[in-house]
Amino acid sequence: MMGFCLRRIMYMIPTLFLVSIVTFVIIQLPPGDYLDSLAADMGESGSDNTAVVETLRQQYGLGQPMYVQYYKWMKGILLHGNFGISFEKNVLVTDLIWDRLGWTFGISMLTLLFIWITALPIGIYSAVRKYSFGDYTATFFGFIGLAVPNFLLALLMMYVSFKYFGQSVGGLVSPEYIGEPWSQAKFINLLQHIWMPIVVVGTSGAAALIRIMRANLLDELYRPYVATARAKGMSEFQLLMKYPVRVALNPFISTIGWILPSLVSGEIIVAVVMNLPTTGPLLLRALLVQDMYLAGSLILIVSLLTVIGTLISDLLLAWIDPRIRYQ
Amino acid sequence: MQPTPMPIDNSAPAISQSEGPPLLEISGLKTQFFTDDGVVKAVNGVDLNIHSNRTLCVLGESGCGKSILARSILRIVDAPGRITDGSIVYRSADGRTVDLAAVRPGSRELRSVRGDDIAMIFQEPMSSLGPITRIGKQITETILLHRNISKAEARETAIELLDKVGIPKPAERFNAYPFELSGGMRQRAMIAMALSCRPRLLIADEPTTALDVTTQAQILDLIDELKEELEMGVMLITHDLGVVAEVAEDVAVMYMGKVVEKSDVYSIFENPQHPYTRALLDSVPRIGVTRRERLPAIRGMVPHPLATPSGCSFRTRCDSYMPSICDRQEPALVQHGETQVACFLHSRESIHD
Repeated sequence: MMGFCLRRIMYMIPTLFLVSIVTFVIIQLPPGDYLDSLAADMGESGSDNTAVVETLRQQYGLGQPMYVQYYKWMKGILLHGNFGISFEKNVLVTDLIWDRLGWTFGISMLTLLFIWITALPIGIYSAVRKYSFGDYTATFFGFIGLAVPNFLLALLMMYVSFKYFGQSVGGLVSPEYIGEPWSQAKFINLLQHIWMPIVVVGTSGAAALIRIMRANLLDELYRPYVATARAKGMSEFQLLMKYPVRVALNPFISTIGWILPSLVSGEIIVAVVMNLPTTGPLLLRALLVQDMYLAGSLILIVSLLTVIGTLISDLLLAWIDPRIRYQ
Repeated sequence: MQPTPMPIDNSAPAISQSEGPPLLEISGLKTQFFTDDGVVKAVNGVDLNIHSNRTLCVLGESGCGKSILARSILRIVDAPGRITDGSIVYRSADGRTVDLAAVRPGSRELRSVRGDDIAMIFQEPMSSLGPITRIGKQITETILLHRNISKAEARETAIELLDKVGIPKPAERFNAYPFELSGGMRQRAMIAMALSCRPRLLIADEPTTALDVTTQAQILDLIDELKEELEMGVMLITHDLGVVAEVAEDVAVMYMGKVVEKSDVYSIFENPQHPYTRALLDSVPRIGVTRRERLPAIRGMVPHPLATPSGCSFRTRCDSYMPSICDRQEPALVQHGETQVACFLHSRESIHD
């Protein structure tokens, strides 16, 4: 098991290296750079700033070939934890993102938890009571959850919570708590707000996982080993949990790998709609103005989280299924 | 394969031989599957007795209802199948009887019989063990379910059982997963699991079909030895006449959900009464009989379960078919010498009653 973990962690390094290159190339792909848009803005105001722009270009190293820029960026990250600066805001990227990354990470994890807690029992129920009223109900809401776009769901829930429950709209805390130090009241206020993005972002994932769990379990429920367990005299619930559910969990866990990035990217639009202090809106803005180090760093860190998520799902899989561990 | 002595509790009184009341008394059992296309009568009125310390072989082609009969006893027939009629009376060691066909499927009463009094060995050792649970755990699980002993004691018993069924290095294998064992070893583990609570009745559903011939012989010997040792009643389901000849004391031949002939093993082989039994016996190659002809096979196929012929269900394939007799009425099982047989060749007088 130790060797398996080490090997998996080693695999992460080349993956992340490739991701960083792809990220860097992608954010460089649009024609021009931040200074071009800056120069254009300045040009509109009538002044001639060619000299200033050239100085900045020298300073930021934007005139250099791409691989040199990449090398400098990577060197900064690896040696000094310096992700470069945000051109637009003229501060270090690291000063901008940690807060927001924390929220993104927290919301994603809570959403994943929400997805699991809802999808697992409902999926099991749907399979065991196939074609029952409950199964049809779960299927119905599952498909609705899959089909309704997140932002629409977000708008709907905000409307309902404002209109009928008088809750402030958007954000993670009510306006009066913003910038306040943490207190019990603020925390409760946070809890009153945070469930909404979790439900909104998690619904489609939960719906998908319910379908996956149902299909997996249906595949296992009539296997001979289930009859064996029944013939031993185990109770239905006991044998269900110990045998078919454990086997059906396998693909369920490996879905964490792709659920995690889809949560992070699905969260962007919801965060914009609900005005959440997460990385989503920041990334969107950075991409629009070609604030390349900020955008690149965000994508890189989110990719890192995804790779770690995949690693966790791999390790969980190996822990649950000996057939994977022993390969 | 050397049988090592197991911790058998010899103080238990020797249970009656075949003369005593049967261990399991199946009468008029019907198990039917309610499919969208109609009702499949998988088991269609079966009467059978199983005795302690005797092996009953249930013989028949695929799809004749043998496995469903076995599963009906433990009530593990999957939906849409269910028992619609008849009784399965099990007589426990203290003489009490319980009709397994009448108890609720998930009830405590039924679960206390399953795995403890009546255990089952399944056909496919590859898929009948939980794929990601250690062998040892699957065995101790059964013991802990029915016996009030500690985990350590259960582990000890399980290792002894693994040793007994001929698994080398049982203490190591205890921690093995099914995919680490060969088919024969898995079936041995399965047998160890079935025997873990020293059942009084062992149902083996084609236990050797998926195994090679050498392993097959070893497994059959093992079941036979354990039968003697534990004085178990054994119900062995097979389509293999070689297996029947080797281990059976009693034989029941099934065709389309019914027992068409039952007798002791010698009568079946020496003096088969039912045309189906004869046909089955004829289709086995014999050593010493050299002929250049093709081996006789039973002509035709088992009819579709939803289109059962009227009258005797074997008449469409029978060489002794008597028009306007066999297609009118179903023959009942009647005594004919040592044998009970359901055929109008032997019960013409019963046709017109």
